Amino acid sequence: MGIVKAEKLTYEYIRRDEEGNVEGLVRAVDEVSLDVKQGEFIAILGHNGSGKSTLAKQINAILYPTEGTVWVDGMDTKEEEHLWDIRQTAGMVFQNPDNQIIGQVVEEDVGFGPENMGIPTEEIWQRVEESLRAVGMYAFRKYSPNKLSGGQKQRVSIAGVLAMHPKCIVLDEPTAMLDPNGRREVIRAVRGLNQVEGVTVILITHYMEEIVHADHVFVMDQGRIAMEGTPREIFSQVERLQDLRLDVPQVTLLAYELQNRGLPLPDGILTREELIQALGL
Amino acid sequence: MLRDITLGQYYQTESCIHRLDPRVKLGGTILFVLSLFFFRNALGYVAAVLFLGIVIRLSHVPFRYMVRGMKGILLLLLLTVVFNLFLTPGTPIVTVWRIRITWEGAALALTMAVRLTLLIIGSSVMTLTTTPNHLTDGMERLLGPLRIFKVPVHEVAMMMSIALRFIPILLEETDKIMKAQIARGADFESGNLLKKAKALVPLLVPLFVSAFRRANDLALAMESRCYRGGEGRTKMKPLIYQRRDYAAYLCLFLYLAVSISLGRRTLSLPL
Amino acid sequence: MSIILDHVNYIYEKDTPLERKALDDISLVIPDGQFIGIIGHTGSGKSTLMQHLNGLIRATSGSIYFNGEDIYDRDYDRKKLRSRVGLVFQYPEHQLFEIDVFRDVCFGPKNLGLDRREVELRAYDALRRVGLPDELFYQSPFELSGGQKRRVAIAGVLAMKPEVLILDEPTAGLDPRGRTEILEQIKKLQRETGMTVLLVSHSMEDVAEYVDRILVMNQGRILYDDAPKAVFRHYRELEEVGLAAPQAAYIMHDLRERGLPVNTDAITVEEAAEEIARAVRAAGGLPGMTGQRI
Repeated sequence: MGIVKAEKLTYEYIRRDEEGNVEGLVRAVDEVSLDVKQGEFIAILGHNGSGKSTLAKQINAILYPTEGTVWVDGMDTKEEEHLWDIRQTAGMVFQNPDNQIIGQVVEEDVGFGPENMGIPTEEIWQRVEESLRAVGMYAFRKYSPNKLSGGQKQRVSIAGVLAMHPKCIVLDEPTAMLDPNGRREVIRAVRGLNQVEGVTVILITHYMEEIVHADHVFVMDQGRIAMEGTPREIFSQVERLQDLRLDVPQVTLLAYELQNRGLPLPDGILTREELIQALGL
Repeated sequence: MLRDITLGQYYQTESCIHRLDPRVKLGGTILFVLSLFFFRNALGYVAAVLFLGIVIRLSHVPFRYMVRGMKGILLLLLLTVVFNLFLTPGTPIVTVWRIRITWEGAALALTMAVRLTLLIIGSSVMTLTTTPNHLTDGMERLLGPLRIFKVPVHEVAMMMSIALRFIPILLEETDKIMKAQIARGADFESGNLLKKAKALVPLLVPLFVSAFRRANDLALAMESRCYRGGEGRTKMKPLIYQRRDYAAYLCLFLYLAVSISLGRRTLSLPL
Repeated sequence: MSIILDHVNYIYEKDTPLERKALDDISLVIPDGQFIGIIGHTGSGKSTLMQHLNGLIRATSGSIYFNGEDIYDRDYDRKKLRSRVGLVFQYPEHQLFEIDVFRDVCFGPKNLGLDRREVELRAYDALRRVGLPDELFYQSPFELSGGQKRRVAIAGVLAMKPEVLILDEPTAGLDPRGRTEILEQIKKLQRETGMTVLLVSHSMEDVAEYVDRILVMNQGRILYDDAPKAVFRHYRELEEVGLAAPQAAYIMHDLRERGLPVNTDAITVEEAAEEIARAVRAAGGLPGMTGQRI
């Protein structure tokens, strides 16, 4: 069993109208099964409202399945006694950088998780230093979060999770509110964690460029997994992705347009170099 | 406009005041403020100003930051002065029509103004040199004994710390929403009180919606980082008194002794 | 009829340690009916510039003329200016506050003191223009999807019938389809009404696709002000200030360097595909056309 495993995971919630009367049942996640191995870089794509955030919250035991099971490092998320172990094993980074930083100083925020876990003072400091270095924010340890850019704030949030020594980090649209430079910074930090620290990464996003380096991609639609495969396999299906309200990186789209104009190019070109090579230049 | 309020804002720099234990600073601030109410003459205030001046110098926080905190209470200050100036009976200095300014009134107004200014600047020194987290830590420890009476000391401290962190964010947000509604022709300035109150609806509704969303997000983020109340929690920065803290207490008591013994003396000046 | 900025400077937090030149000697002419993209990273001064255009921020020095009138004149009606230069902030859905969508859109025109009939006509028209389906008009704005909320917020400004519409990052946080839909809607609106539109964006790809003219801002100055193709010729300089040309532009430059004689002015995927296909055909097919695989 991998670090995160879901079997026929279904999550429903009751939708109410303004007076509080039941309007109906919404199935936000619908029979999703997946198995993520330790050390993998997983991307989950999907348009707004496709159920990808609801899925993410299941991994951190913020939500529990209505039907089916989720295991995090072998622990069933429905079993109360594992709750804190699960949250420590699978850390979570959210979308809005302002709404997840608790400390008024960067280092104090990073220490928040370990404090909650009851780690001895000495070790908290070690962990804070390591984590801040891992995301390249050590120089800012004494800063107020309000003085940082969006990208820097998100890196602090990542360090805050990292200091809990998780095996897996779930990032729920961490770059949605950032500018292109901030996005690049955050993605670079995330890739570093995965490759250098060996942390399993589950990245939820709707920016196509960010998942080019993922090991495996899931595409969600209406609570179900609509597509699954390597980035190349996924991006080979330009029309299908567009149907799912998504798109492909510009290079991939260009190669696709060239195919349509009769050029014999392979499917799923992901980088500029690949395109040039495929054009035989 | 709204961002000028510096109360509760930490000023990042290195100084011996910054390094002090928050309990010293909290206790010190309380004692300093109390001392202001003991003085009967100007000497006490001179001592207080001197003491505060030295502390500000040591804190390396630019003086204008302290003064900025004053802007928020300028109206209060003005009101106090005006009330005392005009409404205190005694020996008149000038009388114009039915308005009379008395010696006693002038003295009282001056005392109140000085007292209030020292009070605000004194507490700004504490908030400017202590991170809110540190401050709430200090409070948690100072109030710790109350726990036996089932007072949720940790929870209150945590809530205060979070409130302090979100003040600047919400102020900025208020600014933004205000501008956006002004761009839609909203008018927050003209009209009578009722009209003004009504004009606030387009500002307050989005602000509350946003604040609730933030609170919800934050609660999720805290839970997902294993927060489960104060029990079993360790501290990254535990509070342990150092030699400098004892030294600071000593300075503080020296100040109290000097200022109060000076300030309680009856001088010819009526202050 | 135009907006003219004449040596506009804006100093942020003057006389404090945070003093910073947010706008540095900006001179600019915005003629009627243009679709302009403003690009620059966070803190480059683009938001500050926008807020000058409708008088929300007053320049420290310099003048701004709207249709020939100095907006800093003593008797200039700046409240009216705000309705003529419509400004839609980033995440505008956070400003929705009314009980239903329709009433929220009415807020702007009502503030202009129009009679009820006119207010409602305008609100209706604005909602149609942003492509919001009729059945959502009487729903609570808080129950709409992200893209729908954003449309309502844009309609809220459109209902004031501005001559100039400024949008700050109208696509932030939307999914790819949502982004295209909003941009298409804005383009359509611009074409139909002939309104001047200023689009502030981080995305070169978006801007390249839609606008007639690009202003590149950096450190409070205008770095480039030209047609998209001309601006993206400076892709190296753009990179130096932390920006980048659209990916398509890079590919064209790469291809040309490797010996495929393409015109490097192609900046959208469509143009690039057209141009590469043309170049390849002219060269008599690809050098290794038989089944090149990666």
